[in-house]
Amino acid sequence: MKVEQISIFIENKSGRLAEVSRILGEAGVNIRALSLADTSDFGILRLIVNDREQAISVLKGKGFTVSKTEVVAVEVPDQPGGLASILQVLDSGSINVEYMYAFVERCGDNAVIIFRFDETEKAISTLASKGFNMLEGERLYGM
Amino acid sequence: MPTYYNEEFETLPRQALEALQLKRLQSVIERVYSNVPFYRDSFNKNGVSPANITSLDDLQCLPFTTKQDMRDSYPYALFAAPMEEIVRIHASSGTTGKPTVVGYTLKDIETWTDLMARSFVAAGVHKGDIIHNAYGYGLFTGGLGAHYGAERLGASVIPISGGNTKRQIMIMQDFGSTVLTCTPSYSLFMAEEAGVEGVDFKKLKLRVGIFGAEPWSEEMRREIEEKLNLDAIDIYGLSEIMGPGVAIECIEAKQGLHIWEDHFIPEIINPETGKRLAPGEKGELVITTITKQGIPLIRYRTRDITSLTYDTCKCGRTHARIARMSGRSDDMLIIRGVNVFPSQIESILVGIEGVEPHYLLIVDRKDNLDTLQVQVEVDERLFSDEVKVLQVLSRRIEKEIKDMLGVTCTVKLVEPKTIQRSEGKAKRVVDNRKL
Repeated sequence: MKVEQISIFIENKSGRLAEVSRILGEAGVNIRALSLADTSDFGILRLIVNDREQAISVLKGKGFTVSKTEVVAVEVPDQPGGLASILQVLDSGSINVEYMYAFVERCGDNAVIIFRFDETEKAISTLASKGFNMLEGERLYGM
Repeated sequence: MPTYYNEEFETLPRQALEALQLKRLQSVIERVYSNVPFYRDSFNKNGVSPANITSLDDLQCLPFTTKQDMRDSYPYALFAAPMEEIVRIHASSGTTGKPTVVGYTLKDIETWTDLMARSFVAAGVHKGDIIHNAYGYGLFTGGLGAHYGAERLGASVIPISGGNTKRQIMIMQDFGSTVLTCTPSYSLFMAEEAGVEGVDFKKLKLRVGIFGAEPWSEEMRREIEEKLNLDAIDIYGLSEIMGPGVAIECIEAKQGLHIWEDHFIPEIINPETGKRLAPGEKGELVITTITKQGIPLIRYRTRDITSLTYDTCKCGRTHARIARMSGRSDDMLIIRGVNVFPSQIESILVGIEGVEPHYLLIVDRKDNLDTLQVQVEVDERLFSDEVKVLQVLSRRIEKEIKDMLGVTCTVKLVEPKTIQRSEGKAKRVVDNRKL
């Protein structure tokens, strides 16, 4: 039920994001989803990619600091109130969201929301008990 | 007409001054040889004994004393007087977390007080002045050194110490301060704050500022004199030797700092070879204390880069002058008057998360205040996918540096390998201050 995300440390200076995407592109790594968290000094780029090992290896080879994190990808109906329904469940279960980002599936009627929880297992069981569908990593990477 | 605090000694003809120096040097050499095992051993190792010192030139046969020797002797091993006679202990910050400790006998305090009073007079200060003493009080020698000197002079001293700038400005206004003592950069900061508060320094009664504890330039002097409407005088000292008042500019010339040669023998050496340099040549200042009782130091390497002149000064004082400090022969930084060695920051960083990150210190001067940025490379052990974790890490480093060194800094996390590597000694400091 967990999905592997890679996170990359990027200094806030021009061209760094372009550099990362160029490296991944040249290595044939396809980005499925991304989010960028930034501060005045640095940013953290979070990616779901089709080939994690390749992505990590080429980025490390270029001197980037990269880490792997387990996140949870939850399907919600792509309609008004879809996000609210899932946040409601998390809130009533007192589950803390560290960060989240979303993308819309290319085919089908669902949006996918990527969550990073502080208590991943508890979040997964709570969401499962309420009937939410969580995507397997393999499905997401190959989407 | 110049005024003197102790005209006889301040204007002693060269020959008489040197005769006095030799007599005092011989006596201090005897004393450390019999009382301080460190000196007895190091003299013996170098094959010299007190009997070998028959002229001032013989000083060159004696080995140097370094800051490391002081650290190795922590806290009291270099003291030449028994603890019952030590009435005051001061200390400067140390690179290993252990400070450099100095002890004063009552006689040392008397000497220091006299020399500080002498320095005040050379700077144009006299009885009746109201001295606003914004040097820090405490283990640091600045505050108390200036304080006792001011009292000896019969001036009124305001022991305000550092910080709380608005209050400083109010007190200068209301108390009618005529003399300001603080670091040169703090004086400019005060002027700026006064501007914000709508206070015009030109309407204050300040006449003289005595600035030290950090290097500054002629340009900065002009700026201070213009903005604060006073005569800005450079003072020099270091806790190992005494504290403030080892040397000071005279207000008549403002051309080099008279080093009180009846108590200290200055030499300039090539910091690489240790060989003595001629007057006028730039090198490291080495000082031998010849009257100190508590902790006399023989040929102490100050690491300050300057030059020495024996030319006649128009104030009539015969004591040699050292030029403005133009740098250090080690990597010590002075940030807002606080001595900081890169190795101190390194040891703090190493203590965090058990890692040894690459780091770079960027020192700058903005709005007349020194700023320190610590760049730390983020490797996998430090990295987190959560912004707040990295921000907590930055704040923690900032706090530990503040707690350990008393210096405010900002931490900037940077990508690995972005800090320049070098083949030899790593470049740890970029100092952008124009001094």
